Amino acid sequence: MSFLRVNNLSVRLKKGPPLLRRVSLQVAAGDVHGLVGESGAGKSMIGKAVLGILPPSVEVTGGEIWLDGVDLLSLPLAERRRRIGATAALIPQDPLTALNPSHRIGPQITDRLVDILGWSRADANRRALELLAEVQIPDPDRVMRSYPHELSGGMRQRILIASAFAAEPKLIVADEPTTALDVTVQKQILKLIAGMQARHGTALLFVTHDLGVVSKVCQRLSVLYAGMVVEDTSVADFFAAPRHAYSAALLAATPKYTDPAAGLQPVPDAVIAQVRAEVVAFDRGAAHG
Amino acid sequence: MADLYQIEDLRLSLADMTAKPLFGAAPRLEILKGLSFTIPKGAVVGIVGGSGSGKSTLGRALVRLLEPSGGAIRFDGTDITHLPEPALRPLRRRMQMIFQDPMSSLNPRHRVGTIIAEPLRLHGFDAIPDRVARALDHVGLPQSFAARYPHELSGGQRQRVGIARAIALEPDFILADEIVSGLDVSSQAQVLNLLERLVAELGLTLAFISHDLSVIRRLCQRTIVLYRGEIVEDRPTADLFADPQAAYTRELLDAIPLPDPAQAWA
Ligand SMILES: Nc1ncnc2c1ncn2[C@@H]1O[C@H](COP(=O)(O)OP(=O)(O)OP(=O)(O)O)[C@@H](O)[C@H]1O
Ligand SMILES: Nc1ncnc2c1ncn2[C@@H]1O[C@H](COP(=O)(O)OP(=O)(O)OP(=O)(O)O)[C@@H](O)[C@H]1O
Ligand SMILES: [Mg+2]
Ligand SMILES: [Mg+2]
Repeated sequence: MSFLRVNNLSVRLKKGPPLLRRVSLQVAAGDVHGLVGESGAGKSMIGKAVLGILPPSVEVTGGEIWLDGVDLLSLPLAERRRRIGATAALIPQDPLTALNPSHRIGPQITDRLVDILGWSRADANRRALELLAEVQIPDPDRVMRSYPHELSGGMRQRILIASAFAAEPKLIVADEPTTALDVTVQKQILKLIAGMQARHGTALLFVTHDLGVVSKVCQRLSVLYAGMVVEDTSVADFFAAPRHAYSAALLAATPKYTDPAAGLQPVPDAVIAQVRAEVVAFDRGAAHG
Repeated sequence: MADLYQIEDLRLSLADMTAKPLFGAAPRLEILKGLSFTIPKGAVVGIVGGSGSGKSTLGRALVRLLEPSGGAIRFDGTDITHLPEPALRPLRRRMQMIFQDPMSSLNPRHRVGTIIAEPLRLHGFDAIPDRVARALDHVGLPQSFAARYPHELSGGQRQRVGIARAIALEPDFILADEIVSGLDVSSQAQVLNLLERLVAELGLTLAFISHDLSVIRRLCQRTIVLYRGEIVEDRPTADLFADPQAAYTRELLDAIPLPDPAQAWA
């Protein structure tokens, strides 16, 4: 059974337009599920909904989020928070604003272990040092005493990855976890995430805009446009022959360094027009249905 | 072609506060270790390198947000290496930086229009509403976006606001620090098309920091590869791809994930 099952999830701006349109997806324990789509498509919004951290300006208007056999949206708020806190963690998109600039790194990793999970300070410190070494941070002792601004963007992102794994969650939402990293470190880190994830049987919801990365780490993926899933398929099938024109255009827009002529072009206007028409048709159906 | 920048033996070290003894000075961390290169007017130069190699530090030194500890930076003939702030001020407008992280570089409490207008006001421009409107036009954002707040924009739109704010000042030089790494490929392509157009139309000189060699290959005629604060390669981009010299450049190429599940990732 899937560890995470999202059924027909709809989210909208309060008294505004829909941001997610009946999104469904499933992630089995030990699986990596990719979420791709252009900027603003709602990738992060799905992650936030699952983790119960939607911004106050948006509301869930329908659907279910089943985590480990329980529908989160049916639980009272406090119980929902407790469950999510005990089973899931986030590797956030934005390493600069995710770390508190006025606190040292050490406590930012260990506080959650101590305060929420009741670890001893010494155990939490030991675990943090181990994880920093695992994400290949040189000189973890020095980094524990550093402030975020004293570290490069890539180092900050590795710290957030270490921090997510600290409490051994069963689900991790990784929101673009390697965009601030150079490709050599990205490769190490992705292998590391994949290794940790496989060892612990963690289910991983993996938000990325890089289909190259998807092809290396995911088993399945959902392609989103304007909060609507246009394709949900296995990675093998997707790269062999994407079904939707928008998916095909995204794949065609992906650069290949082996071929300078390939990729890095905007999705053609005709394809955008087609998928927009589908969104309009969906909204019309929703209004009448 | 005349050089806009001449960099000679540029060195930069920072105090390592984490290793500071209770009394006395903190030890120095050497970040940039003697870099020499030039940027001709109108050129588009790529700067690549691993995380922590010193790309952003070099960028901040070029636009003098950081003061070098050794060597020299000449900007359009003026030695700006240690120029004090009042003397720098008239030059500031001419060298702009667009940051890695659009969300934290845009004031969340200001509307887009104000965000673009603020530096114009600071530098004493006239006809500010016109200039704001033109900047939005240049980056392909509708005028209605002037009334929006940063959180009401997607990542790609925020990045355009950052570009609009920079070009509104009519700079000679723009340093772009990882400005497309957070964007989907379609938005990346749009931003790259835009930069190419602006370079051609406005006669800009551009230094483009990225760890994405596919993007560099598309945009930059020349590429500088940094490794641990030193230049290990500085060549025409086409040559670099055809025949990477430094071991690190080869490593960077090998690590790019091709969009193909059949290609094993050694
Ligand atoms: N706090 C907010 N208030 C109002 N609208 C928001 C808020 N956060 C996001 N949105 C809107 O919700 C939509 C989905 O945003 P989301 O952050 O999920 O996009 P994304 O797919 O993660 O994009 P990116 O690749 O740029 O991170 C966008 O149209 C965005 O403008
Ligand atoms: N204020 C500071 N105090 C101490 N060390 C610093 C400071 N700023 C940067 N560093 C160090 O200088 C080195 C270079 O950092 P820089 O941000 O220039 O790297 P980068 O090449 O831009 O990396 P990334 O690709 O991760 O953004 C890193 O080792 C970083 O930890
Ligand atoms: Mg996002
Ligand atoms: Mg940087």
